[in-house]
Amino acid sequence: MSIPALETRDLTIRFGGHVAVNAVSCAFHPGTLTAIVGPNGAGKTTYFNLISGQLRATAGEVLLRGRPMAGLPASARTKAGLGRAFQLTNLFPSLTVIENVRLAVQSRAGAGLDLRHMWSHRRDLIEAADRLLADVKLTERRDATAAALSHGDQRKLEVALLLALDPDVFMFDEPTAGMSVDEVPTVLDLIAGIKAKGNKTILLVEHKMDVVRSLADRIIVLHNGALVADGEPGAVIASPIVQQAYLGLEVAE
Amino acid sequence: MNSLLSGDFPRSRLLAAILLAILFGLAFAPFLFPGAQPLNVAAKICVFVVLVASYDLLLGYTGIVSFAHTMFYGIGGYGVSIALYSFGPEWGPMALGIIAALAVSVVLALMIGLLSLRVRAIFFAMITLAVASAFAVLASQLSWLTGGEDGRSYRVPEVLRPGFRLLEEPLFGVAITGKILSYYLVFSVALVLFLLALRIVNSPFGRVLQAIRENDFRAEALGYRVVVYRSIATCLSAGMATLAGVLMALWLRYTGPDTTLSFAIMIDILLMVVIGGMGTLYGAVIGAALFTLAQNYLQVLMAQVSEATAGIPLLPQLFHPDRWLLWLGVLFVLSVYFFPTGIVGRLRR
Repeated sequence: MSIPALETRDLTIRFGGHVAVNAVSCAFHPGTLTAIVGPNGAGKTTYFNLISGQLRATAGEVLLRGRPMAGLPASARTKAGLGRAFQLTNLFPSLTVIENVRLAVQSRAGAGLDLRHMWSHRRDLIEAADRLLADVKLTERRDATAAALSHGDQRKLEVALLLALDPDVFMFDEPTAGMSVDEVPTVLDLIAGIKAKGNKTILLVEHKMDVVRSLADRIIVLHNGALVADGEPGAVIASPIVQQAYLGLEVAE
Repeated sequence: MNSLLSGDFPRSRLLAAILLAILFGLAFAPFLFPGAQPLNVAAKICVFVVLVASYDLLLGYTGIVSFAHTMFYGIGGYGVSIALYSFGPEWGPMALGIIAALAVSVVLALMIGLLSLRVRAIFFAMITLAVASAFAVLASQLSWLTGGEDGRSYRVPEVLRPGFRLLEEPLFGVAITGKILSYYLVFSVALVLFLLALRIVNSPFGRVLQAIRENDFRAEALGYRVVVYRSIATCLSAGMATLAGVLMALWLRYTGPDTTLSFAIMIDILLMVVIGGMGTLYGAVIGAALFTLAQNYLQVLMAQVSEATAGIPLLPQLFHPDRWLLWLGVLFVLSVYFFPTGIVGRLRR
């Protein structure tokens, strides 16, 4: 197989005596969508934080297209093609919706250090941001502040920021959590759209099994920080360890 | 107009009217308000608009709390002072002094930024406080260079001296002396610097600063190296404060710890930013104008009130000019209470 878009080798982090992520080795290939499942506290978000650089690993490494990311701050990893949407909504609250997206587009375009021109000088960035707002169906709320949005709309904006970065590796951390039922398909369609491009690598932390089943090519299961199952969705969901660890069911002997 | 103001309009009729009135008053100050004292107040407003705007760039736009701002202001003042005192009142040495001051400021700002912007905001504020205090002690100890506690008076280039006459005949009844030329130098440099600051905050870079103020964690995750942006903002702000110090040194023809490095000035800057409205830049204009006017004319006003109320018990004592700091304090508390987002924030709502 080709070089994985993203790979972790023995990735470990300890908080005092607690091992939150325990020697997780896993490779993610372009064009695949991998769902990461596991009970609360299994270390899914911590695993994401280690990959995207919000936390420093105690041991092990993260490789992006074979390139070690050790010591690189989150901003450099984003520049290298690693995009992340957050589980707890993480926006620029008093800036407008369009400005939130425009900032992400601007980062992607590498225009952040331009002090000479007005921000409105880059029409291309504003238009790109507007297109993304249309994609996530937020055009109506364009000029509202991010803080004024409903929870579901904030989640969509969060997704728009990630789309704006157009990374090679997309990391979604429960993108539909807390969304109303009619809003969920918008986000899932966007994720499916990214997958359809065929060259993007998608990591998705998700609790809803129907979502996982319909989107994922592969499921990995984390339990107490360790990787306990990895494979085809059907097989993994049916495996005893998942029935026990994730779904909490007693397995009939 | 759009490009001059960088697309950042006052967005309130009243605010626009006040700003225009201030601009008009400052632009024609020598003719509208003849005399040394009013001109002094006008020049001070110009300098403080720059100083407060540069501080707003840090506090209001980037969300950095620094107490070292008067240090950079002082470096500008001492740069001019040392150059003019040592090499004589010529333009060459002055330029050299300004360039040296800017270099010292930017290097210091960069060091403070890179070393300490990674730590939490409160620790950064402490560090700047320590560095600024150390610098103030240094400036008063190195008296062979700076004049120590007494400071130093020096001569400025000839065209800027009061004795110089540009025109034989007075213009609109005002003699065009070097002092007036000096004022217009201060005014025009201040105007250019303010418009420059307006451009910076409305540039793509300026928007990143606001994003960092809002959520530095997310700005980093979007791919912006926060420490770099913060350091650049610190350097820009320091450079601008240095130039404000240069203007003040040229205007006063004196530089000492009390006019540049004192902590009282730092507090004045903070008050002006907060009264005017953080993160608006126009707030710097309003804050500086209002505060400087109050500082200079509140006593006069109070003396009149005190006289007018003579005979009524208590009131004359309450409005005695010696109580002016009390009333300035009351005005400050009231303005923060009623305008928590500053005057500009209030007017824009």
